[in-house]
Amino acid sequence: MSTNDADDKPTAANDGPQTGLTEAERADNFGFSHREGRPTGDHVALSPEEEKARKHRNVYIALSLVVFMVAIFLITVVRLSQNIATGAAG
Amino acid sequence: MDTLTQSGVNRTEGGAVSTASPRDFFDLMKPRVMTLVVFTAYAGLVAAPVHADPFLAFMSILCVAVGAGAAGALNMAYDADIDARMKRTRKRPIPRGAVSIGNAYGFGIVAAVAAVLLMALASNYLAAGLLAFSIFFYAVIYTMILKRRTPQNIVIGGAAGAFPPMIGWVAATGGISLDAIILFMIIFLWTPPHSWALALYKSGDYAAAGVPMMPVARGAKSTRLQILLYSVVLVVFAGAPVLTGLGGVVYAATSLGGGALFLLLAWRVFNSRAGEAGSAEEGALYAVRAGDKAARDLFAYSIGYLAALFAALIAEHGFGAFIAVPGVAG
Repeated sequence: MSTNDADDKPTAANDGPQTGLTEAERADNFGFSHREGRPTGDHVALSPEEEKARKHRNVYIALSLVVFMVAIFLITVVRLSQNIATGAAG
Repeated sequence: MDTLTQSGVNRTEGGAVSTASPRDFFDLMKPRVMTLVVFTAYAGLVAAPVHADPFLAFMSILCVAVGAGAAGALNMAYDADIDARMKRTRKRPIPRGAVSIGNAYGFGIVAAVAAVLLMALASNYLAAGLLAFSIFFYAVIYTMILKRRTPQNIVIGGAAGAFPPMIGWVAATGGISLDAIILFMIIFLWTPPHSWALALYKSGDYAAAGVPMMPVARGAKSTRLQILLYSVVLVVFAGAPVLTGLGGVVYAATSLGGGALFLLLAWRVFNSRAGEAGSAEEGALYAVRAGDKAARDLFAYSIGYLAALFAALIAEHGFGAFIAVPGVAG
């Protein structure tokens, strides 16, 4: 920790573009300043093909998760029913 | 192209996100292999002497399918380098750049975990354990250890593909019996002649990729002899279900007739020049030159033979076609 407050302030030489953050600060935050709440670095714009592919994948991932959860629910219901029936018979 | 937006963010268009489609991930699961896996697992489940709940049985088969697909995805992730060098496999999702190796590993691991956990819930821990072990066996023991090191790769590795009917059986009964082991052994013994028939007329492909398949490591003549020997053992052993009472008249007839044709085709391979230098084909994926035709015929027929054996069991135990073979204690 620095004892000199002046050391923590960005200088003209290491100041990031439009952000007032040092390079080190930007690296620490993966290019995003959560303190200031605005983007600070390079970002990527997806091509239409990438957008479309990502959307398709997301839909299928969501469907898979829903199917997985429904499967767990239904299996649990069936197994519970079997166990209750077995218990009642016994 | 870089653009500077009003917020001061540099935006680089394209190239950062995968364009893989869900179909590409489905292809990672080797759907054609999965079909036979599901079929044999279903046969094991139906042939078991216990009536399983239809929904739980369906879920168990689904888990076997997903587990087999997960193993296929892990196999493709690890073998991406040699797949890219082989004509037969270079259009798979990873070599053609549709899916990254990392994504394939991630997909395979998640699918495997989901399949095993669901199997444990839907059937029993033994079936789930066998499913987990079969995935591990295929992805690690076969793919990562055996495949590039020994010509016995598919002999030992064939065990991975032999598990599905046993898993189906165990899912229904909760235990391993002699009949379950017999079903396992039929596929285990079927794998070498089936795989080596393919390897004979694709030996150039395997040699280019540096995979020591039997024709590459020991030569075509030795491979043809081993195909014949394994075929004899397989056809004889395929009669075992009749002796234990698992197979009835339909199975016995299928095993006898199908086995005779299997031996005939294996004999033709033995007497052919399949796999000899200069007979390897170029061009189309499954096209063959005259010297390799016998091997191609055996490869194609072997799939039908295995399917017919298990279809006979399904017909007998699932559709009431079972008639005990006279003189055999069931």
